[in-house]
Amino acid sequence: MTTEILAPTATYDLAVTSTRELNAALHATEAPASVQIVNPQGAHALACGLNQPIDVRIDGHVGYYAAGMNKHANVTIDGNAGVGVAENMMSGTVRVTGDASQSAGATAHGGLLVIEGNAAARCGISMKGVDIVVGGDIGHMSAFMGQAGRLVVLGDAGEALGDSLYEVRIYVRGSVASLGADCVKKEMRPEHIAELQDLLDRAGFDADPSEFTRYGSARQLYHFHVDNASAY
Amino acid sequence: MTFRPGLRESATFDRNVIHEIQRAAATGIYDIRGWGAKRKVPHFDDLLFLGASMSRYPLEGYREKCETDVVLGDRNAKYPLHLDIPVTIAGMSFGALSGRAKEALGRGASEVGTSTTTGDGGMTPEERGQSKHLIYQYLPSRYGMNPDDLRKADAIEVVLGQGAKPGGGGMLLGQKITERVAGMRTLPVGIDQRSACRHPDWTGPDDLAIKILELREITGWEKPIYVKVGATRTYYDVKLAVKSGADVVVVDGMQGGTAATQDVFIEHVGIPTLAAIPQAVQALQEMGVHRTPGGVQLIVSGGIRSGADVAKAMALGADAVAIGTAALIALGDNDPKYQAEYEKLGSAAGFYDDFQDGKDPAGITTQDPELQARFDPVDGGRRLANYLRVLTMEAQTIARACGKSHLRNLEPQDLVAVTMEAAAMARVPLAGTDWIPGRSTF
Repeated sequence: MTTEILAPTATYDLAVTSTRELNAALHATEAPASVQIVNPQGAHALACGLNQPIDVRIDGHVGYYAAGMNKHANVTIDGNAGVGVAENMMSGTVRVTGDASQSAGATAHGGLLVIEGNAAARCGISMKGVDIVVGGDIGHMSAFMGQAGRLVVLGDAGEALGDSLYEVRIYVRGSVASLGADCVKKEMRPEHIAELQDLLDRAGFDADPSEFTRYGSARQLYHFHVDNASAY
Repeated sequence: MTFRPGLRESATFDRNVIHEIQRAAATGIYDIRGWGAKRKVPHFDDLLFLGASMSRYPLEGYREKCETDVVLGDRNAKYPLHLDIPVTIAGMSFGALSGRAKEALGRGASEVGTSTTTGDGGMTPEERGQSKHLIYQYLPSRYGMNPDDLRKADAIEVVLGQGAKPGGGGMLLGQKITERVAGMRTLPVGIDQRSACRHPDWTGPDDLAIKILELREITGWEKPIYVKVGATRTYYDVKLAVKSGADVVVVDGMQGGTAATQDVFIEHVGIPTLAAIPQAVQALQEMGVHRTPGGVQLIVSGGIRSGADVAKAMALGADAVAIGTAALIALGDNDPKYQAEYEKLGSAAGFYDDFQDGKDPAGITTQDPELQARFDPVDGGRRLANYLRVLTMEAQTIARACGKSHLRNLEPQDLVAVTMEAAAMARVPLAGTDWIPGRSTF
């Protein structure tokens, strides 16, 4: 997978710049701008709280909560990402060229999160409107209590996919180890093929939507009832 | 029922127990209700102050000053909170409460220079607009969480749990999920909305430290970060909260209220507020951050009702307290003027706790437009401000009697206990003795 590389208008070297200094500088950067960050060395909370439609490219691996609560910005992490990448993202795009640790895109309300490699457990946990596209596999309990948005997986899904799902639509091309409580296989209608094609195009993946299976909520646990006690 | 010789009520199977068994057998579901623990536990009532006489000098009431202000969050935040009184309003959600009730809480708190707190449903414009100092709760559900509101807040409270249900999540029942509530939570209208019991992207103190770092980075290190825990293993939880970087620790005892939780949870999980405070203070003292410049402040909640309770909590080491249930009562909850309507709901004024049903005759714990309209936020705010003033004056009265020119100068040595249980929990002597059970020999 290739991503467009723009000439940076500013470069920050985390070998000599602190996380605080970097984030303060990013928060003060007005669009349009293209910022490059080098030597991230797995630091946490990089490029979080961005609020401008700027391009940010991080060359290397990042720690927890990279691009957390992102709004408007287009962030590319050229490496692997730690826990909670793009957590609670509101809008914009976050792309991880490598693998992502657990809770990728947790509670995110909007925007597009692309993980070109694999995502670990709880990918899209409690997602609230974000679109997540994963090129590889995802771990267990992904989209747990997912409320809104779409989760696309080109590889396989781990156990308990979509447990206690609300209104998230999940598309998986490979196998699903098991479905969580109240998550069921659903029919792929033309509107779903079109929706999936759009997501794949936006994420930059060349895949045939007809090879995917759709999963969603059976909506049987929307009201607490004693007859469902064994499902809780 | 009048007393009749020969009819003996079982202490084990009393009328409430029998009723609950019958109710459970009829419905097949556990009892969900609001309020906090109703069982009797050792509490502030079991402590007394040693007013000044020969060995200590009192301050003159109505003449000599007894200060009440408190600074919260000066450990890391660029803008710590400076409150005029040490009585704050605890987190209660929009959804559990009406928008008007949230507005009234903001109005009342602001009038006397203290803070109010959002809850598990996001920040409403009514509350932000009327709150001089607003604490924004960061909860596992993250309902309505967004960076714009985070930046509008005056402090951020990372919630791990609450005293009514430590270890439990929440459930806002469908009857309270109107279009507005559902919209703020990104969920369908009318369904039962669960709030998770664990945060979705961190577990444990090492992760929490990084989460707090992220929150500080997003908000430019401007705002104090609180960490709230339900009282259980308080000594360890407070130490870990401080280690994680908390500026303020909030400890909520089992008498702390809830909008909707299983009765069995409320009554059987957690420890009394009285037992939690000394544990929290010990933890802070051992870490060198209790009442030190740039230290970590302690806010205590769960069963605060009077200025005496405020003074006792502070004497035991709290920097401030938070009220929830008492604030709702001040707004108008359980008002006898609605007695007939409480009876129609199978309850009575002074007993009503079905906050989960959304049928509150006082228009506070409801989303029903007609019921809400009964509640005037301006009038409610004024009542709350009155009540907060009374709490403050009562606490000052006691502090002056103990010779203190500031509420924070109250100390454990000003207190004795009237029961052995309270003495052991509060770690103050049994009245008339120098015996602290578990600490000294009799």
